[in-house]
Amino acid sequence: MTPLLPGTAEGAVLKLPHLSLWGGVDPFTGRLTDPALPHCGTSVKGRVLMIAEPVGSSSSSAVLLELLHAGNAPAAIVLGRADAIVALGVLVAREMGWATIPIVVMPPSEQEKIADGSRLKVE
Amino acid sequence: IASAHIDGCLYHGDSGTLFAERLVSDGGKVVVPTTLNVGALDLLHAGRVRLAPERAAMARRMMDAYLRLGCRSTWTCAPYQAGHRPALGQHVAWGESNAVAFCNSVLGARTERYGDFLDICAALSARAPETGLHLDDNRRPSLLVDCSALDRRLVDDDAFWPVLGAWLGETAAGRIVAFTGLPKQIDEDRLKAMGAAGASTGAIGLFHIEGVTPEKFERPRDVLKLDGAMLHVARDRLSTTRAKLGDRVDAIAVGSPHFSYEEFRRLLVHLDGRKPAIPIYVCTGRHTLAAVERAGLDTRGLTIVADTCIVVTPILPSDTGLLMTNSGKFAHYTRPNTGYEVLYGSLADCAETAVAGRLVREEAMWR
Repeated sequence: MTPLLPGTAEGAVLKLPHLSLWGGVDPFTGRLTDPALPHCGTSVKGRVLMIAEPVGSSSSSAVLLELLHAGNAPAAIVLGRADAIVALGVLVAREMGWATIPIVVMPPSEQEKIADGSRLKVE
Repeated sequence: IASAHIDGCLYHGDSGTLFAERLVSDGGKVVVPTTLNVGALDLLHAGRVRLAPERAAMARRMMDAYLRLGCRSTWTCAPYQAGHRPALGQHVAWGESNAVAFCNSVLGARTERYGDFLDICAALSARAPETGLHLDDNRRPSLLVDCSALDRRLVDDDAFWPVLGAWLGETAAGRIVAFTGLPKQIDEDRLKAMGAAGASTGAIGLFHIEGVTPEKFERPRDVLKLDGAMLHVARDRLSTTRAKLGDRVDAIAVGSPHFSYEEFRRLLVHLDGRKPAIPIYVCTGRHTLAAVERAGLDTRGLTIVADTCIVVTPILPSDTGLLMTNSGKFAHYTRPNTGYEVLYGSLADCAETAVAGRLVREEAMWR
């Protein structure tokens, strides 16, 4: 686990093979919206969101900022590789004086060892 | 950096409006030419967007804040069709995934994939981090994809290019790919469609095509020979549902990235004066629309959406339905963002399906 943005959090793991926050998460409710992915309809709120491959839109920062502002954000995000677009949403929340969450990088090969739904502490 | 393109002006909730207004209240002004991506409103066609009034008001406040920062009111995901075309090798800061792919690949300018917020910070400071696709080392291809074995009829069809892009995104996320064995002349609309599909399926920010894209590169040693079967799989994935020829279709959507003048002209040639039985949503930029109007093109059969598009704000009349598109990007985002199932086809397929109100699609090439 390599911290991208430091912090401590704990929650139940919500695993996804890939995800674009924009198009994949409803910014107003925090629910996963892509029927092609596991857990569609589940809220990311309070979960340790584990994404093997972060993909897609540059609007993902904005979706994460909105989740943070409205209190619907995951407890932490674990990414298969560093992704500046996801991290930026948290950085802007910090600049605006709103709540933030930790983001860590964990290679997909290590993510495989962690069971979906298990509790994970990120620090 | 020499210019910027801002993706952050699209409303995703009040937080983004508050951020932009904070920049305004702190006295922010952009110091480089800066274009704006789509907003959540169609400012030219009242009533086109079905956003709740309080959200529409916040979306408008956000758009106004970016104008007050000194950005140009382009409201398009294809700024390169609105005169914003940085030179080969020039460093810029662009947001919006298709615009980034086009800027790096087709124009040969240099931008990292900027997210919302960082794009405007770069425009306010004329500076960007010296990293990612700004650097030579990160722009070199590590995989050569040889397309010479592909059926020429397939390559000549406009439906091929989003499929190639989608295949690229699914196969080579995180790598820089160079293509060889493609035609030496490729229409800019095809390159735009390819980049948009690759950017939405796999965060592709740059690709090279031998003899076509302007940046020089050394051929990588790692070679992959592309065959038709690999593309058929990628093509099938662009549809979210199986439908039979003759099945009812509810709507057509084109223009992601925003329709160009040339694409308008081609669509009207396909329609050939026939009246569509179902709506054809054509998403475009106001610069293109002005050119279409100046040229007197007859767009009466089309439902034109300007300044925004059908997957970023509520425009489609229902929460479920069946939509056909020629865009790899619409194919990717329509179901999660609108609830509509998607059928992918060429521009000609879209026109024929619109006229019939039922699925008409050329399948022979893909089998």
